[in-house]
Amino acid sequence: MCLAIPGRVIEIYEASGVRMGKADFGGVTKEICLAYLPELQAGEYTLVHAGFAISRLDGETARETLRTLEELGQAGEERDDEVSG
Amino acid sequence: MKYLDEFRGGPLARRLAAEIRAAATRPWTLMEVCGGQTHSILRYGLHQLLPREVELVHGPGCPVCVTPLELIDKALAIAARPEVIFCSFGDMLRVPGSGKDLFRVRAEGGDVRVVYSPLDALKLAQRHPDREVVFFGIGFETTGPANAMAVRLAKQQGVRNFSMLVSQVMAPPAMEAVLAAPGNRVQAFLAAGHVCAVMGCAAYPPLAQRYGVPVVVTGFEPADLLSGILRAVRQLERGEAFVENAYERAVRWEGNPEARRVLAEVFEVTDRSWRGIGVIPRSGWRLAAAYREFDAEVRFDVGRLQTQESPLCHSGAVLQGALKPPQCPAFGRECTPRTPLGATMVSSEGACAAYYRYGDFVPAGSVAASA
Repeated sequence: MCLAIPGRVIEIYEASGVRMGKADFGGVTKEICLAYLPELQAGEYTLVHAGFAISRLDGETARETLRTLEELGQAGEERDDEVSG
Repeated sequence: MKYLDEFRGGPLARRLAAEIRAAATRPWTLMEVCGGQTHSILRYGLHQLLPREVELVHGPGCPVCVTPLELIDKALAIAARPEVIFCSFGDMLRVPGSGKDLFRVRAEGGDVRVVYSPLDALKLAQRHPDREVVFFGIGFETTGPANAMAVRLAKQQGVRNFSMLVSQVMAPPAMEAVLAAPGNRVQAFLAAGHVCAVMGCAAYPPLAQRYGVPVVVTGFEPADLLSGILRAVRQLERGEAFVENAYERAVRWEGNPEARRVLAEVFEVTDRSWRGIGVIPRSGWRLAAAYREFDAEVRFDVGRLQTQESPLCHSGAVLQGALKPPQCPAFGRECTPRTPLGATMVSSEGACAAYYRYGDFVPAGSVAASA
């Protein structure tokens, strides 16, 4: 239920006074409501839940997280080698 | 898909698990709050990567599972009315009420439809002005903004034949109920990332301080979950208890301000009954006075309902982390996804369904178990 899928906004428009748009989910296009992310621009990524964009996905933070995890992971790998070696 | 695949790699997950093994020197019990996290953990076998010291217990964050039986019975009664088109997320259709489920109501002639978004139900109401369209608005804070917007637009656009059967619950009061329960074993929480994407993190520092438990806001992919576990274990080992965000690409401290503004306008806080757990004070939302005319419970008088829960079902203990699904005597025997006794065996987020689907369990009392 609380599943939210990352989608890339490809189009933004207004329908009956509501900020709506289209998002691409790995090749599948769906209409989404953008009322809760008034700043979101086409080309950006958002988490979508029940047809609503609920949170902008921050690319820079995502890359940083991955870098940190990879570093952590490398420490883990060395430890793994110690255990197995 | 971007933002998913890079957090799913096996080598990264194994290395993070090694780091957790290095960090854990004593036994610790962690609860992942959201049922979506439970499913990821079992689907990817993350629990098998963890050292013996770190035990995960599964939390109450499954909206389908905690929607009270009385409300399911109300849904069944409303859905059976000839003037009603009853709309719901797909998960709810197989949830057992006292006598039947929504699938049965549909087979008996009720107009029950699965929708992807509450806005689809609103559109149906506009297309069918001669019918009453009722949406089953269940969910945690993640789903609240979608449900709130549907009601708000119904009022703005004068769609009077639309209403919502509301079962909105909140994660922090349920987490506090877990901590306050006698015999609680939970020492740290992996908070539900998408709940926090909407509501932010401000509800958690009081919880962390009062009960001395680390709260780590955690995502849903293997690397997210393992890094949440690692951070929680490190806090526990150091004797610390604070709120950390391990899902920074999606969660800001303040959450989504616009969504919170609309939630506060459309809903008001109320006591809610949780299936299998009981009433938790101020643990949910109902429609605020200005929107009460769209409340299906007000619009449809279904009279007093006599609810009856299966005596074999232990989903309450499962939802509070007190019992693992395979420890239930009915698990995999009387209770399977085809013949569910409780909602935890139905929902795509239910812990029982996750164990049944992905688990390497042996049902209690089977030949293998007694051997």
